[in-house]
Amino acid sequence: MTRLFSARGWIALAAFAAALLLVVPVLALVVPQGSALHLSQYWVGLCGKFLCYAIVALAMDLVWGYAGILSLGHGLFFALGGYAMGMYLMRQIGLDGVYHSPLPDFMVFLDWKAYPWYWSFTEHFWYCAALVVLVPGLLAYVFGWFAFRSRIKGVYFAIITQALTYAALLLFFRNDTGFGGNNGFTDFKRILGIPIATPQMRVVLFMLSAGALIGSLLLARWLVSSKFGRVLAAIRDAEPRVMFCGYNTEHYKLFVWTLSAVLCGIAGALYVPQVGIINPSEMSPANSIEIAIWVAVGGRGTLVGALLGAFAVNGAKSFFTQAFPEIWLYFLGLLFVLVTLFLPQGVVGALRLLRRGKPAPAA
Amino acid sequence: MSSMAYSTALDSSPPSGEAVYGRMASEGLDTSHGAILYLDDISVSFDGFKALNKLSLSIDVGELRCVIGPNGAGKTTMMDVITGKTRPDEGTAFFGQTIDLARLSEAQIAQAGIGRKFQKPTIFEQHTVFENLELAMKSDKRVRRTLFARLSSEARDRIAAMLERVGLAGAAERVAGLLSHGQKQWLEIGMLLMQEPRLLLLDEPVAGLSDDETERTAELFLTLAGKHSLVVVEHDMAFIARIARKVTVLHEGSVLAEGPHEQVQADARVIEVYLGR
Repeated sequence: MTRLFSARGWIALAAFAAALLLVVPVLALVVPQGSALHLSQYWVGLCGKFLCYAIVALAMDLVWGYAGILSLGHGLFFALGGYAMGMYLMRQIGLDGVYHSPLPDFMVFLDWKAYPWYWSFTEHFWYCAALVVLVPGLLAYVFGWFAFRSRIKGVYFAIITQALTYAALLLFFRNDTGFGGNNGFTDFKRILGIPIATPQMRVVLFMLSAGALIGSLLLARWLVSSKFGRVLAAIRDAEPRVMFCGYNTEHYKLFVWTLSAVLCGIAGALYVPQVGIINPSEMSPANSIEIAIWVAVGGRGTLVGALLGAFAVNGAKSFFTQAFPEIWLYFLGLLFVLVTLFLPQGVVGALRLLRRGKPAPAA
Repeated sequence: MSSMAYSTALDSSPPSGEAVYGRMASEGLDTSHGAILYLDDISVSFDGFKALNKLSLSIDVGELRCVIGPNGAGKTTMMDVITGKTRPDEGTAFFGQTIDLARLSEAQIAQAGIGRKFQKPTIFEQHTVFENLELAMKSDKRVRRTLFARLSSEARDRIAAMLERVGLAGAAERVAGLLSHGQKQWLEIGMLLMQEPRLLLLDEPVAGLSDDETERTAELFLTLAGKHSLVVVEHDMAFIARIARKVTVLHEGSVLAEGPHEQVQADARVIEVYLGR
């Protein structure tokens, strides 16, 4: 009854994957510099960043669009994944820092003599890779366990997630927390011993992000087209009925909530080596609100809409900040007002309405 | 359907004891004393208002019981207590001999075999009619099982049979939100039956239905009684008269009168608080 994708859906997905995994690498590495078709490092980095945002948007759509849980703190999980990867990247700097110390510059600056205990093992890539998944996942699980058990929902849940990310922001802001305070982590040199800023490495990171996005899309699509997905949407629309049908809705919400946080963590871990910095501003409440806006603009509960929204809003943001640096915020604001007024179902919802035509044939 | 078998199977099944909390198999329900539901001295108050005041009630296996009472008499609160939505301040609620309802969550109570229809039809409006029944169907409802669940052809047949039974066979792929009010009421009843409950609680099941639909609902309930136990809360006195055997009148959170329909209708106190108005 519900297939993973229609035939056309698979073709579109294959085209999207080919564009990301074949065309972009060729344009960036094979086509010579100076050619009109050459893709500069700047563009590869920018598109790679958007891919990471798109993963976050997908994760958001799973909890908000399907399960009806509005989170305004998803930036926290993204940032935690980023910090976990950042710890490894800081270790990889080795003695090449400003102070040529085995400790990161910010620790030298604080006059610390050794790594704090929670930096143990972070020199191992696989340990940090595990942290990328476990830290956001565990935090989400514990937070979700309490919140869903207490039946906190709707706007109250959203406000608590805002508070959570804000509290984390304040914590990471402190120098004594041991994550570089205000400046966070930056000046990365290597990853797995390989220089990080070369065009080749950028393309590799881009392709990893593309792979993660496509994998997330397939996973999310599988989830929402399974019976589990139908239960989620039922929770969104009539939670008491789902409970009185014998489903323990807490478990369903906790599962999708934790999975969503893990996806955000992975996105953050791919984002940090591409942009070269992670600092507490990623945890600011405004960042998390923006994630919800991507999904709202694209269209909730469609997955494709989340991708579209992430690309469109971030594309517009990049364009306006360059073209009209003084007034770009107004453009962005206008975009949101227009979408709210005229496209309440987002871009994808509006397209669907158009395609269905004006007078719906009597079913 | 296996439900046909349970009146005989029950007599031979040994009392299952305390262990029943873990796995809520409705087959394990101990109704050896003939009653399926016991409410004993239940009190519930909200901010000082006593919604239920020492309410005691028992429902027999296979019984069709009508509950009436003026607004605020505690009918919906009683259903909330039975289904785990509200915890009683005092008193005990037992399902069969052994299942203490006050200790179970809504989901566990549903799994144990109590189905509930809300006052306002509550269905999954964005899902198709078929999917509504699929989600309600009795099955392993844990997350892991649901992730990998596939519909067997036997399950499809059962859904198809239920679609037929509630008159929605032609609307299987229709989005449920587009159904008429009457169809939604019937879909919700169909969802309840898919759970194969032992006890059905029906809150105003014919509210907003046409005369014809009301008549068909009455017929349906009469065929369900015996196989299931039913508690029907209704305001429509004609409907009550059509289906009622035993009627319980609630007033100010406790039972005012109970007995055969004619007897209750003739009771002076009942007329005063309810019927006369």
